[in-house]
Amino acid sequence: MTAVVAEHDDHHDHHDHGPEKGVLRWIFTTNHKDIGTLYLVFGLIMFFVGGAMALVIRSELFEPGLQFVDPNFFNSMTTMHALVMVFGAVMPAFVGLANWMIPMMIGAPDMALPRMNNMSFWMLVAGVLLLASTLFMEGGAPSGGWTFYPPLVFQNGKSFPFAIFSVHLLGISSIMGAINVIATIFNMRAPGMTLMKMPLFVWTWLITAFLLIAIMPVFAGAVTMLLTDKFFDTSFFDAAGGGDPVLYQHIFWFFGHPEVYVMILPTFGVASTIIPVFARKPLFGYASMVYATGAIAFLSFIVWAHHMFTVGMPVAGELYFMYATMLIAIPTGVKVFNWTATMWKGSMTFETPMLFSIAFVVLFTMGGFTGLMMSVAPVDFQYHDTYFIVAHFHYTLVPASIFILMAAGYFWLPKWTGNMYNEKIGRLHFWLSAVSVNILFFPQHFLGLAGMPRRIPDYAIQFADWNMVSSIGAFIYGFSQLLFVYIVIDTIRGGTGEKVSDEVWEDASKHSLEWTVPSPAPYHTFSTPPARIPTEHF
Amino acid sequence: MKKTKQLLACLVLMALGLGTAHADYTLNLMKGVTQLSNELYDLHMLILWICVFIGIAVFGTMFYSIYHHRKSKGHKAEQFHENTTVEIIWTIIPTLILVGMAIPATKAVIDLDKVQDSEMSIKVTGKQWYWEYEYLDSGVHFESHLDEASEKTHRVSTMDPHNVPNYLLNVDKPLVVPVGKKIRFLFTAADVIHSWWVPDLGWKKDANPGFVNEAWTYVDKPGTYRGQCTELCGRDHGFMPVVVIAMEQDQYDAWVKATLDKQNQKPDLSDQTRNTLMAKGESVYLKNCVACHQIDGNGISGWFPALRGSEKVTGNMDQLIGFIQAGTSKMPAFKKLPDDELAELITYIRNAPALGNNVGDEIQPNKITPKWDDDE
Amino acid sequence: MSEDIGQKNTKLVRKLALVAIAMFGFGYALVPLYDVLCDLTGLNGKVEGQAVQETAYQVDKSREVTVEFLTSLNESTPMLFRSEVKSMKVHPGEYYTVNFYAKNTTNMPMIAQAIPSITPGLAAEFFKKTQCFCFTEQTFAANEEKTMPVRFVVEPTLPERYKTVTLAYTFFDNTNISKK
Repeated sequence: MTAVVAEHDDHHDHHDHGPEKGVLRWIFTTNHKDIGTLYLVFGLIMFFVGGAMALVIRSELFEPGLQFVDPNFFNSMTTMHALVMVFGAVMPAFVGLANWMIPMMIGAPDMALPRMNNMSFWMLVAGVLLLASTLFMEGGAPSGGWTFYPPLVFQNGKSFPFAIFSVHLLGISSIMGAINVIATIFNMRAPGMTLMKMPLFVWTWLITAFLLIAIMPVFAGAVTMLLTDKFFDTSFFDAAGGGDPVLYQHIFWFFGHPEVYVMILPTFGVASTIIPVFARKPLFGYASMVYATGAIAFLSFIVWAHHMFTVGMPVAGELYFMYATMLIAIPTGVKVFNWTATMWKGSMTFETPMLFSIAFVVLFTMGGFTGLMMSVAPVDFQYHDTYFIVAHFHYTLVPASIFILMAAGYFWLPKWTGNMYNEKIGRLHFWLSAVSVNILFFPQHFLGLAGMPRRIPDYAIQFADWNMVSSIGAFIYGFSQLLFVYIVIDTIRGGTGEKVSDEVWEDASKHSLEWTVPSPAPYHTFSTPPARIPTEHF
Repeated sequence: MKKTKQLLACLVLMALGLGTAHADYTLNLMKGVTQLSNELYDLHMLILWICVFIGIAVFGTMFYSIYHHRKSKGHKAEQFHENTTVEIIWTIIPTLILVGMAIPATKAVIDLDKVQDSEMSIKVTGKQWYWEYEYLDSGVHFESHLDEASEKTHRVSTMDPHNVPNYLLNVDKPLVVPVGKKIRFLFTAADVIHSWWVPDLGWKKDANPGFVNEAWTYVDKPGTYRGQCTELCGRDHGFMPVVVIAMEQDQYDAWVKATLDKQNQKPDLSDQTRNTLMAKGESVYLKNCVACHQIDGNGISGWFPALRGSEKVTGNMDQLIGFIQAGTSKMPAFKKLPDDELAELITYIRNAPALGNNVGDEIQPNKITPKWDDDE
Repeated sequence: MSEDIGQKNTKLVRKLALVAIAMFGFGYALVPLYDVLCDLTGLNGKVEGQAVQETAYQVDKSREVTVEFLTSLNESTPMLFRSEVKSMKVHPGEYYTVNFYAKNTTNMPMIAQAIPSITPGLAAEFFKKTQCFCFTEQTFAANEEKTMPVRFVVEPTLPERYKTVTLAYTFFDNTNISKK
């Protein structure tokens, strides 16, 4: 059986003796660990590209008046910042983690479809490069917001069709990645690894993958309609031809709401993986975590119009979408309570991954609270499209998804590299990030409530103070992330010099399979299925 | 270790405290000046406090645990991993809280929708980048642009916004409404989607091209209330504020009369001095042209052509008049400009040092041909 | 077993790819679904684009509904466009005719389409038109002015709570699109 599993893919043969040398290794690799690394590195680079755009935005907003950029370029920056962060940084980073960790967590030798895996990565690169190329086109990059609302989106210059094609590429890449994840989880689990024994990270990714397959094609359809409206005289969204611009918003948010959960569900998964290890306790309520994730995913399909309360809906619609949205608070609450209960009466230590995870639970919950506030349709008539929502979704993305990606980096770097990162610098990175992210985003609540609309390059004098505070926070936050780059490079080069054990973290192998293989993880793992399945979470 | 924990605890408490303790203008939602906006404010505060209490309970438990249940204190981990009773409780309690929130929220949704039985209607049209108002009963209609001081200041980097009263929140012609009257607003847009928001009235509403949305208000207190466009509508989205002035009925009636008189007046076509033409021309330019052609007349490469040194601007005067009146596929037809404003504008764009043009001529209002025959 | 996994993977990939393609189709299916939803709920005040047969209703003389008329021009549509009256009081069940005037202010022929919208949206289904210039594209000769009657009825079944109904038209210049 051993030999058979090792040969499950014939094109894999030439890899059996370890990676090829040189650049070609990275271009043609079908190894899940190599592709995982590619995704993670790409995500990190894009995080800094998107971050640079955010700093352009925050520089312009440092003081009232227009100092640095033209309003149109400002709009391009907000649009591109969102697209790059969503499609270039957060999603690829989680796909990278999935590639690295899912096969190791379920005791599989590789992803189910290694060649497709390679293809989906390079399509992602192509898509993002195409998107980035619009920055240099006549009329500039897309500037109508990442939501591409018509008719405004039709006023974009030459970049419009390229942005659409880029979205197509990114969509196909995501769909292929998702198919791969599902096939791996369904078909490649080690004997004895039943679905309800899988680590929660695998579970959340499974559900995320289904979300992706369901929504990316809808988004592709929506932008294709935009394309034909502009160039082939269809009128899906053009009132003059009997269409309706509001229809686009419905289709977009049918995609868009699950899309934001694509970024948060794997976040939940990683947090549920890290917290038990450092609390030295099994995860509290494993089954309810799985069901809560499923419930959140299901609800995400039926709440989309809460992004459009002010668009002019009949009362029945407002009420329905309000009630449905409020329901999300229940499974989300269950998750937060479970994490708290996991910590309760544990024996906690506070290494960097745990620090980031605790900050995630706290700050994500604050984002959840503002989400609950905005689910209430009538008050959303005040909050909508102000800095209040900017604060809300940044709280659910930056100190949530980004913090957890950082936590995941610290958590698994020793496994990936065999070296220990510098804990002191790690903690410095954490504290700088945790403090500055609040300086950056907390004042935006005040700005929104006081009446500052989002997506404006200049503002009234009464908003000046908090904007300045926010911008200062942005610069501290942005530059402290360079510490992470330093730590990653330093750890790859040997880190503290201390060789880590297979387990890395105390008793980690009780929680998940990746801690049973050597550190650094060999190029091929689980060519023979694991003998024992960890059941700590039972 | 202890320090780090204290720091984190401080931070969270500070953050929570800031969000709730100071309910003044720059930190919290405004109460507004209508019953509806007050209802929404109360609802906002209710949910905010619910969130704060849940937050204190959850974070309190978490930080208690972080403080006491740590390895460095020798705490031994217990191995429990489920408790059905607890899990049922923490599912049911939030559900009950949500039901409690949903009741006043439902009432507010219905109140927001009570547009019927209003006493007057105002049509609001969003355009790139100004608002147009039309009073259906009296026939008063006008455009409401960003005021000249803000318009100039945000375009000239050497000008300080701090010197402009109500920077970016002021308009040339505000919307005037009577207090104590139920007013119905009808929203539409002429190009892209806009959204009309005055926080003091308690709501915003999208203006969609080709469709009409409605909303209502009943202002209790006379005053000036400011807001902005809140749906990204292109380049100058940040520069199309809303100003509503609410006044007593008798003052309002006087305002309607005065505005109507002015509206029905034929434009004054008498000759003006060159300086007057140029000065007034700048105002017309700032209101109608600057958004695309820019304050220095350079336009925006790839989007809008430059006026600086343009053949079309400095060449034949009659062709220029025709061009401005007829528009192009990209530029709207400016037939709406009365002859006096057109003459001022043309004199300005042909001669303004700010635009780098210096033809050295002028045109008087009564010399404008071809005239547009408005038979309305 | 390797054969097995290979086959299982292929099968699963096929199924999932089909789901993805189906979801692409679903995106397009949302377009007619949305129209159905609009009809059902009056979302966005979308109005039927076709004339209805004139049927006699029981006229309710005891009730008066105010009908307001709004006229708008999209972007730089070079027209004049107004209604004969800004508003009128009508009895449900009775037919009324109101004239709209539109003028092409250019020296070129023009094709324009008027898009109707009714507010409140939920009242749209009770507002029937037997004649309207919005049912088809309108062709204007250079500088032509047209008088365009709209004949409508407010059905007596209109719920009591609606006392004002607004009928809005926006003219869109379709000259460039229709010529193609």
